[in-house]
Amino acid sequence: MVMNLTKPAMPSDDKRWKIVNATMRRHGHSQHSLIEALHTVQEIFGFLDETALKFVAKSLRMPLSKVYGVATFYNFFTLKPQGEHTCVVCMGTACYIKGAPQILEAIEHIAKIKPGETTADRKLTVISARCFGSCGLAPAVAYDGEVAAKVTPAAATEKIRRWMNS
Amino acid sequence: MTPEELQKIADTELEAKQKGGHTLCVCMAAGCVSTQSDKVKESLQQAIEKHGLKETCKVKGVGCMGLCMAGPLVAVEQTGALYQMVTPQDADEIVKNLGKPPVKRLECDTTQPFFTRQKKIVLENSGIVDAERIEEYIAAKGYEALLEALTSMNPAEVTEQVSKSGLRGRGGAGFPTGLKWGTVAKARGERKFVICNGDEGDPGAFMDRSVLESDPHRVLEGMAIAGYAVGASQGYIYVRAEYPLAVKRLKDAIKQAERHGLLGHNIFGTTFSFNIEVRLGAGAFVCGEETALIASVEGKRGQPRPRPPFPAERGLWDCPTLINNVETFANIPPIIRNGGEWFAGIGTEKGKGTKVFALAGAVKNTGLIEVPMGISLREIIFEIGGGIPDGKKFKAVQTGGPSGGCIPEQFLEMAVDYDSLAKVGSIMGSGGMIVMDETSCMVDVAKFFMEFCMTESCGKCVPCRVGTKQMHELLTKITGGTATAGDLAMLEELCDVVKNTSLCGLGMTAPNPVVSTLRYFRDEYMAHINDRRCPAGVCKIGKEQLATV
Repeated sequence: MVMNLTKPAMPSDDKRWKIVNATMRRHGHSQHSLIEALHTVQEIFGFLDETALKFVAKSLRMPLSKVYGVATFYNFFTLKPQGEHTCVVCMGTACYIKGAPQILEAIEHIAKIKPGETTADRKLTVISARCFGSCGLAPAVAYDGEVAAKVTPAAATEKIRRWMNS
Repeated sequence: MTPEELQKIADTELEAKQKGGHTLCVCMAAGCVSTQSDKVKESLQQAIEKHGLKETCKVKGVGCMGLCMAGPLVAVEQTGALYQMVTPQDADEIVKNLGKPPVKRLECDTTQPFFTRQKKIVLENSGIVDAERIEEYIAAKGYEALLEALTSMNPAEVTEQVSKSGLRGRGGAGFPTGLKWGTVAKARGERKFVICNGDEGDPGAFMDRSVLESDPHRVLEGMAIAGYAVGASQGYIYVRAEYPLAVKRLKDAIKQAERHGLLGHNIFGTTFSFNIEVRLGAGAFVCGEETALIASVEGKRGQPRPRPPFPAERGLWDCPTLINNVETFANIPPIIRNGGEWFAGIGTEKGKGTKVFALAGAVKNTGLIEVPMGISLREIIFEIGGGIPDGKKFKAVQTGGPSGGCIPEQFLEMAVDYDSLAKVGSIMGSGGMIVMDETSCMVDVAKFFMEFCMTESCGKCVPCRVGTKQMHELLTKITGGTATAGDLAMLEELCDVVKNTSLCGLGMTAPNPVVSTLRYFRDEYMAHINDRRCPAGVCKIGKEQLATV
């Protein structure tokens, strides 16, 4: 098999692409590193855009369709930019029976968006998650990555309102 | 690393412990961290400095102590005193009272059944050792089992001990671990792999997360022993990306073990080499299925494939692969240390050892527990769990998540093991145990799990992809009060079809929550269909529903 060893050029001068490259290099640019590479992109850029998907596809010598297939198969990856703040409501079983649906309803009501959406002013993204594994503290909500325990709809509304008015 | 060096690390560690003084152990597992235990730890450190006790007292972060609902938890190592719901403001008082009777206001009663009724094997170090220091694990007999296996046993003897122990897979299906190891050991192939399944996707389960956060080295040691037994030199741990703390602790633990020569080339000077890499999941429940997990480790979409061939013969990159769950591997070091017979002496005839459960939902003491197999559900829920809060009435306990079922009150006396749970229409599962009281509607619960399976179906086979969607629609009709008796018949038929014709475990078990609720709570379904009302008052039916449209 003739290997094409020329690496594609970085999409821009942005130094962060070097980190993406380093992840792929650590795995010898093998196609097995696709998920790891996408994790790195999302970690540093916040989401996976077309430029990133194309760059990863070229670097790993894979069709873009396959990369897109993987990126959309897994819930953890997002192809859209997130808002300034993210509110993730856990909808695991324990949280569900302890009132997570009411929390989500309250948040939807005041933010006027559904889970998976971002407000028009890009201030807030609301996500419903499968399970944080914080079942002992149900219902749980993660505000910008920090998990809050035993949340009430009122407390969630208060927090969201503060973010939206900031 | 030589055996002498290992012993020296343990001795130094134990010597430091015997110097006297006090050690404050702060729970640094994800549960307590989300109630600010990191800030509590900082304040305790400051308080120690303020009172000039730096020489005699120290603070350390430890793993999960179990009682998540009372977090953050702080323990005094030397006296065994346990403090609950500690705030940073309490730090001063706790430090001032070291060496005196514990602060009454914050004390957590360690004589309550929650603590006394448990039996800890997997969690023996959890809440005691600092997960971020390999030295503490070594002092707690860590890596002794690996040393013993490598230097005084041959691979077949290791597998024999595991077989003798009667250990069955803790991921849920309960396949005999020794048999699996033997199959992989016998399989022909130049390269073999060991994979640890840490893709704890069951909503309502957090055992694996806690084990990985609290005692990561135990899992690494178990994997290395497995590698020796089956003839593999490379291992992968597949962990959910949703567990950042577990991922970080694991990666750090691997680095430490490599630095100490406990992973890598020629471990303990033998010819055995073993490396472990972490692979991140990306949020797909189906990846808990072994063939889907393998596809995901290979960087592909996590879709299962038909079995046979089983991964034991053709797994990762078509090589023989051993896949076990986190808790299964965590059981291995003590089995090798104490012998298979010791382990087989715990539990029931067909379920040996202990099981870790994540106890949550409508129960007073929510948290992580480890109990011997054969304990009754009543003991777990009403003694260890402290019963149902707010004077409510017990309705059901759900085990096995979306693949399991709801068990009603009449079976509370039943001894918990793989077979008894299967007999009543549920499964052991990975260990999620959600208690429900009278305020939960069982039809709504069934709909919740069906919604989960529908969205998590990978789409490869028709029965699962289309069947779960149809079942979800029917359940939505029932909870909305618009279903007919014909819809119920259709639902029952679909349960049968999806169960018997799906490709993998996800589809095969997806109907379980519906089947079990239909079996024990049929009256609730009938109330929704015939009387157009929800007995628990959860579902919005009729006028209420119109009002929200």
